[in-house]
Amino acid sequence: MAAPRASLCLVAPVWNRGTRGVRGLNRMVAPQGNQRKRRTLVQFLADHFYDVQALREYFLHKQALKVHQENRSVNSIKNRYGPYIAGAFSVLNQGGAVKFQGQEWIRPNGRGHFSLDFLKFQAVPVEAVDASGCTLNYSGLDNLLPLKELQSLWLQRCPHVDDWCLSHLHPLADSLQELSLAGCPRISERGLACLHHFQKLRKLDISDLPSVSNPGLTRILVEEMLPNCEVLGADWA
Amino acid sequence: MLRKALQLSSCRRLSARGLSTRRGGSTLDWGGKVSEIKKKIRSVLPGGTWDLPYDTSHLPPEHADVVIVGGGVIGLSVAYWLKRLETQRGAIRVLVVERDHTYRQASTGLSVGGIRQQFSCPENIRLSLFSASFLRNINDYLAVVDDPPLDLQFNPSGYLLLASEKGAAVMESNVKVQRQEGAKVCLLSPEQLRSKFPWINTEGVALASYGLENEGWFDPWCLLQGLRRKVQSMGVLFCQGEVTRFISSSAHMENASGEEVTLKRIREVHVKMDHSLEYQPVECAVVINAAGAWSGQIAELAGIGNGPPGTLQGTKLPVELRKRYVYLWHCPQGPGLETPLVADTSGAYFRREGLGNSYLGGCSPTEEEEPDPGNLEVDHDFFQEKVWPHLAQRVPAFETLKVRSAWAGYYDYNTFDQNGVVGPHPLVVNMYFATGFSGHGLQQAPAVGRAVAEIVLEGSFQTINLSPFLFSRFYFGEKFQEATII
Ligand SMILES: Cc1cc2nc3c(=O)[nH]c(=O)nc-3n(C[C@H](O)[C@H](O)[C@H](O)COP(=O)(O)OP(=O)(O)OC[C@H]3O[C@@H](n4cnc5c(N)ncnc54)[C@H](O)[C@@H]3O)c2cc1C
Repeated sequence: MAAPRASLCLVAPVWNRGTRGVRGLNRMVAPQGNQRKRRTLVQFLADHFYDVQALREYFLHKQALKVHQENRSVNSIKNRYGPYIAGAFSVLNQGGAVKFQGQEWIRPNGRGHFSLDFLKFQAVPVEAVDASGCTLNYSGLDNLLPLKELQSLWLQRCPHVDDWCLSHLHPLADSLQELSLAGCPRISERGLACLHHFQKLRKLDISDLPSVSNPGLTRILVEEMLPNCEVLGADWA
Repeated sequence: MLRKALQLSSCRRLSARGLSTRRGGSTLDWGGKVSEIKKKIRSVLPGGTWDLPYDTSHLPPEHADVVIVGGGVIGLSVAYWLKRLETQRGAIRVLVVERDHTYRQASTGLSVGGIRQQFSCPENIRLSLFSASFLRNINDYLAVVDDPPLDLQFNPSGYLLLASEKGAAVMESNVKVQRQEGAKVCLLSPEQLRSKFPWINTEGVALASYGLENEGWFDPWCLLQGLRRKVQSMGVLFCQGEVTRFISSSAHMENASGEEVTLKRIREVHVKMDHSLEYQPVECAVVINAAGAWSGQIAELAGIGNGPPGTLQGTKLPVELRKRYVYLWHCPQGPGLETPLVADTSGAYFRREGLGNSYLGGCSPTEEEEPDPGNLEVDHDFFQEKVWPHLAQRVPAFETLKVRSAWAGYYDYNTFDQNGVVGPHPLVVNMYFATGFSGHGLQQAPAVGRAVAEIVLEGSFQTINLSPFLFSRFYFGEKFQEATII
């Protein structure tokens, strides 16, 4: 399903592309030669024919819609099984992993399938979530915010996690001890400023953030803001 | 016939010679052929330009369905929503008339770029919440094929409003309303304030309210350019020129109590071109007054307010230019990365700017001290006398600040109740207002544009009911006061 669309490449690769992880982002930075050629042809056609232009706009819209779809709220599950199961389900569904208190990590297999055994942990709080590389966005985070006992959150290389998302995380401030944002392409120093709510934080990974304009200085400022937290990030020395 | 044959044969001979010479010759010929083919293709493809005897491309079209006066953020937002909500692609012809495409004096570019939900009126809170979600998804709303995504540079650092003992009760009830509307705002006692922001001197502070989400500041230029880019791709027409005159027709009627009422309808808008006496009449069905601080003048042009005082005809649009200064200073010992936009009990405000211990801020003058709005010069004494003392009192580190630069801009100040004016005029029936936001117009632009588009296209407000913002309140004298003006 994804392959023919990619080869058609009707739309300029933008952030909204529903890719997992950094692969899609790399392509954005350095488009391959033949891909660029094809794009200019489509571009040319779009400039001259309204239909092509409309088609491309439609695909652009479709991509955005897909991300929204993947991040829709899991309210029905929440009503039936409670917030922990709902949060865990939404993460697993996107290909991430969760750890209930005192249990093993649960992750989907290579094809994205996972067993529903965890439905029995309704009363067990979720203590760690690894959503690295997921298409999680602002509205998808809503499913994680009721996890009041969440201690560790990994959001490495999430293409849709941005500064708005960081300001959205404040309900987790009372429990969160470890947060990793490494490699998120859209997080900048502006969003990191919100982390001052997280005074319980003991470990924060802000390495490899391409949108941070001044990694060395930003790391010093974050360390000043969170004096009790170990900050991993750019080495300025 | 003969000529053609000759031409043909010579052509053939030429090409034969071209073939017999070395490579250089043949490539030359090849290049010529390619360009000829290209020319042919271009003439067949749609979308080419004509060659007209007179170049009139700088003139606006002679007809448009909707003419928007003012291409600031509000005007462009109205254009965007009109195009987005139209039922069929290309159904409405929208023209935006802007007198200065560099936006030198427009408030949009000169603003501080703040967005907050800490208002007292529920309508303002709703407008701001809608705008926040628009800005959050700006690359879904304003995506243009082949253009890079917009980087709004949003700083989600929140607003911190401080209240004295006198203002604490009002603040508490405001926060209650804000929470009801879904804003994420928390109240802080002086004690909590000190532990969260140790650099604040809490003397004289009884209560503080602090926005946790959807509040902060962003780059107004990015929003303006993003809207412009999108609106252009949607087929909105732009024209650089000044609206100088409205031609309207009027109808005399009697109302229920037997008084005579004159209803006016604008038929034509005269657009004067830059640096010339040339003007172009544009026939139109609807005029949107989005001229920001100058919208009072546009209303006057349409004859609003020139009847006898006390009547609806004699009720002016109470939107005036008010000059506001913004100062940028440096302070090496100043507060750190966590600094929100702080609005002091005295009315002075400041926020962080970038990472290098730079801050910007200002203070609204009292009614008696209003500076002359004739130009945009900055009064540096105002900072020394009216702003700095308050800042240094609140944040002792600011004792040692050094002002780096300053600028001034115009608030589109509504002298009646400091709130926006939205919707049609009751007598000039096809002039719609979107103005008067008195220093919070930038953040509400996305939502206001939608409301205006709804009332133009559907005849009523659909998403957010803005009927308290209608013009008629000036006639009835019903103030819809916004308490928190920064
Ligand atoms: C110092 C300062 C700080 C501010 N801070 C904030 C803030 O933090 N948050 C916030 O939300 N808002 C803020 N504002 C307010 C905000 O900037 C304005 O409310 C908003 O920009 C209004 O947008 P507009 O499109 O109506 O006006 P403008 O951007 O002023 O656009 C009006 C346009 O109309 C054009 N025009 C006028 N007359 C004519 C004519 N006759 N013919 C053709 N064109 C014409 C003008 O050239 C102008 O470009 C601030 C304003 C100032 C001055």
